[in-house]
Amino acid sequence: MTEEVIVSIRNVSKKYHSLEGETEAVKDLTLDVHRGEFITIVGPSGCGKTTLLSLISGLFRPSSGRIMLNGETLNGTTGHVGYMLQEDHLFNWRTILRNVLIGLEIKGTLNSQSMEKAKSLLHKYGLGDFKNHYPHQLSGGMRQRVALIRTLAVDPDILLLDEPFAALDYQTRLKVADDIWKIIKKEAKTAIMVTHDISEALSMADRVVVLSKRPAAIKSVHNVEFSCEERTPIKCREAPEFRVYFNRIWKELDVHV
Amino acid sequence: MFNNDNPVQVSDSGSGTNTISADHRNFLDRVRRKRIYIRITQVAILIFIFAVWEMAANARIIDPFITSQPSRMFQTLVNLHRDGSLYMHIGYTLTETIVGFLAGTIVGIFMAVLLWWSEFLARVLEPYLVVLNSLPKIALGPIILVWIGAGPQSIIAMALIISLVVTTIGVYNGFREVDHDKIKLLRTFGATKLQILEKVMLPASISTIVSAMKINVGLAWVGVIVGEFLVSKAGLGHLIVYGGQVFRLDLVMTSVIILAILAALMYQFVSWIEKKLINWN
Repeated sequence: MTEEVIVSIRNVSKKYHSLEGETEAVKDLTLDVHRGEFITIVGPSGCGKTTLLSLISGLFRPSSGRIMLNGETLNGTTGHVGYMLQEDHLFNWRTILRNVLIGLEIKGTLNSQSMEKAKSLLHKYGLGDFKNHYPHQLSGGMRQRVALIRTLAVDPDILLLDEPFAALDYQTRLKVADDIWKIIKKEAKTAIMVTHDISEALSMADRVVVLSKRPAAIKSVHNVEFSCEERTPIKCREAPEFRVYFNRIWKELDVHV
Repeated sequence: MFNNDNPVQVSDSGSGTNTISADHRNFLDRVRRKRIYIRITQVAILIFIFAVWEMAANARIIDPFITSQPSRMFQTLVNLHRDGSLYMHIGYTLTETIVGFLAGTIVGIFMAVLLWWSEFLARVLEPYLVVLNSLPKIALGPIILVWIGAGPQSIIAMALIISLVVTTIGVYNGFREVDHDKIKLLRTFGATKLQILEKVMLPASISTIVSAMKINVGLAWVGVIVGEFLVSKAGLGHLIVYGGQVFRLDLVMTSVIILAILAALMYQFVSWIEKKLINWN
């Protein structure tokens, strides 16, 4: 991880307007994301985590403040991000390969070279034999891996993950999180992941950002370091520091039922 | 490290090279036999109805002048075949139905796309669509006839108009049910509205479009027959009306049966297209 800033969020606020009134979802938020970093964002439910991702992707424009990508102010969706959602949203009328190619088709960058790259990604991550299958023939974990490769195929500057494992059962979830994390690290991608699961956030993050209740503002940022030999999401759960971080974040989230 | 989960098995029921246990063979035989019984019973019912009809008419239990009878209908069919008019009438009706059906479906899908494209338009047109949808389109028949003339063009217009609003509403609702996150995903890739239409909206709505087509096949027949009743120059609808007016029930019954067969065939054809289109299941 270098100190090169890839995304810079400067004093960003976002208000939603509806007939019932005005809701402030994000308030004066400032955050720098460094190249190659894995940031996870935790916060109380409905605090504006997803809004933050939509702002970074360019789907929403900030009401005030600005977001810079590689030093330039962001202006709309430019295909600079790869977005992973709760569900894999593979198109069931397309084969696995053609699902992976959709981003390239949209950006108009589908050629023999990018096609080869997409195919080699599928092979590299154990899906080469399934490229002509349809999504319903694959397990949930494999489908989520395809969803990740679909975003990697367009070679995005940054990956945005919005609770990408929420639709999976617990055991699968641990395994898939491990897989996805390894792929992202291997491809040296910068990632921002939103989750409400503190353990998941801790196990994958270089930094954990804790947000306040709506309107979302940064409550604290934790640089996560584990003393385990192999720093993978599953292994680092056994590290002694894990509990400590967990309790600290848990207290900060201040959950009342 | 990435190879340890297995894909969901694609079941390929029973066939293949692997040996089948006696139990399983028994089961398959039972299923097959049941299917044959059903088919035999279906055919038997048809034969039974026609046989009873024929015999009752011969024995003068029913009056064949009013009910017709299979042998007379067959004779009518042969006569129509001999003077060639059978194919002329079928040709007219079939052409009108196919053109009306295609026009209704295509224009209806196009309208749905327009409504999806412009939310403003959709909201403006909503009350009009509701009224037009509840209006029995057949009531417009005389107006169409006066406006565009007594001929196949009016009949086609009838078939089109009867399926247009239903298709528009059905497909538009299908569009609205497409998962928003799928659209969001494409937008993050920088997709234009046209790309969203092409890559998600239309393919995701294929099953909606096909069910609209299935309804439209039936509606197109209704439109065409009503149109032919009104125009009454040629076609099976004309034969039915004409036969009724001159009290030739043989002609009416024969035409109705040809109509039933043609309509069923066309429906089967659409079902076949459905299977071809939705091949990912």
